[in-house]
Amino acid sequence: MSRRSGTVSGSRRRDRSLSAGARRRRREWTGWLYLAPAMVFYGLFVLQPLGRSVQYSLYDWNGIGVARFVGMDNYIKIFDEPDRLTTLVHAFELMLFYTVLSVVLALAAATLTRRLSSGAAHAARTVLFLPQVVPLVGAAIAWSWLYSSDGVINETLRGVGLGQLARPWLGDFDTALPAVGFVGTWVMLGFCMLLLSTGMAKIDPALYDAARVDGAGPVAEFFAVTLPGVRRELTVCVTLTMIAALASFDVVYVMTSGGPGRATAVPGVEIYQLAFTQAKVGAASAMGVVLMVLVLAVILPIQRLMRER
Amino acid sequence: MKARKAELMVGRAVLAFMVVFTLAPFVALVSAALQEAGSNPTGLAWPDLRNIGNFKTAFQVAHLPELTLSSVLLVLMVVPAALVMASLAGYAIAVRRVPLGGIAFVVLLAGLTIPFESLITPLYYQMRDYGLLNTRWAIALPLIALFMPFGVVWMRAHFQGVPRELTEAAEVDGASSWRLLWSVHLPLARPALTSLAVLFSLWTWNQFILALVMVEDPLRRTMAGALGAFRGQYGPDLVLMSAGSLLIMLPTILVFVAFQKHFAAALLQGSVKG
Repeated sequence: MSRRSGTVSGSRRRDRSLSAGARRRRREWTGWLYLAPAMVFYGLFVLQPLGRSVQYSLYDWNGIGVARFVGMDNYIKIFDEPDRLTTLVHAFELMLFYTVLSVVLALAAATLTRRLSSGAAHAARTVLFLPQVVPLVGAAIAWSWLYSSDGVINETLRGVGLGQLARPWLGDFDTALPAVGFVGTWVMLGFCMLLLSTGMAKIDPALYDAARVDGAGPVAEFFAVTLPGVRRELTVCVTLTMIAALASFDVVYVMTSGGPGRATAVPGVEIYQLAFTQAKVGAASAMGVVLMVLVLAVILPIQRLMRER
Repeated sequence: MKARKAELMVGRAVLAFMVVFTLAPFVALVSAALQEAGSNPTGLAWPDLRNIGNFKTAFQVAHLPELTLSSVLLVLMVVPAALVMASLAGYAIAVRRVPLGGIAFVVLLAGLTIPFESLITPLYYQMRDYGLLNTRWAIALPLIALFMPFGVVWMRAHFQGVPRELTEAAEVDGASSWRLLWSVHLPLARPALTSLAVLFSLWTWNQFILALVMVEDPLRRTMAGALGAFRGQYGPDLVLMSAGSLLIMLPTILVFVAFQKHFAAALLQGSVKG
């Protein structure tokens, strides 16, 4: 604040010499008045907690008593204790469902439905937004019911004579994480498909004609025309789904709370439990910082890759 | 010609499958919600409309009117403020081109990648120090700030699309920077602002972790936060819980149906620009 007013009075002094440049500069700095509210809020409730996260992560603190400085201990524990390291491994396993499965299926679905443009097709595409509209908590409740012992999935399996495959999907150590991950696929698939469809609609039809003239089959056409044409949308899909996988919370918290055992423990739920049920504020903050760094470490190379091309 | 027809058939089948896949969880909920109250539904049973009263029961036990009011209050606390701040900031960066605006923009852009969970612990203690725990402010204030990255990126992209000549012409006419924003840029920004308002509203209703951590009373939370609590309380009663979940989700679906064009535009363009 003081810096801004200092500049204003400074340029006022220069105004006496009637310098047009100075007048322009004064107007520019006063423009910060427009920027200030957003930056103040962002600074107070995003940047400040960010700094405090780093600060807390260096202490052993239960939230009430005296905090004890422990240096990097909380970070070392994340990579030393198998229990905490698992959460990071699980986050990457979720990526298989949130990112790989969603994006591959979305690419296939968008390519195969590329030529549909009727009113019915438009209406159908609108429905695909639903997972982005309803609260994830609601989706998690619905899927828990689908997965339950007497739920739709098991009853269907029994109905077609595959009863031996039926199981409580979320209670089984082997299937809990994939089951939760598949909900991520459900959440991201429609959105990615729509995003890729919009990208494909912008591709110049002449490129397809040229490919056909060159004798390209559907597969060659896909790799020569479609895929390069949606590079931008593809990058967005991969980026968003990766962030969603690493930072998953709502779905996991509601469906399994990290269980059975620690079969679905992920960083987001771990942070919540460390901070608010185990009162290990330092450990929770360290996990928060690691999660943030992890997201950046995964996102930045993808962004660079796209810019290079 | 034959090949093209086959292509269309495959496309229709794929799209139909996608629709069924997307709707499956909702269909399962409807089926369970319309079984006999207190029963244990198995699989996908044909819904019995005589059990429509389940929704009435759920309406009452879920305190739906209070819940809706709470979420509406939160939206009113968050969305107008976030829209104003994001527009002003986008205007400052794109049109006024304030010094260091580029750096401010990059700092905001970085915020797009920060997971909420990474901030939730310090935010809780910050709100405790302010004495705001268990009030809606503890949800609203951080949420406004957390919306700034997307909001400013979105508004800046919009303002950048406005021809520079328009700004210069208004300046030659002697318009002040405030007047320029109010009379020239904001009217043009109406579609962009509407899309942003729809997105912010839905994101506020659906915000879960902030509501879970900051406010103990489910009736003062967001819709998503209340739904989480509702499940905790009535989880074993599958029929009642399915009916309640559907009712709690319904308003978001209605908002979506009413504003679907804006929503689609914001989500598809916003993510590509950001």
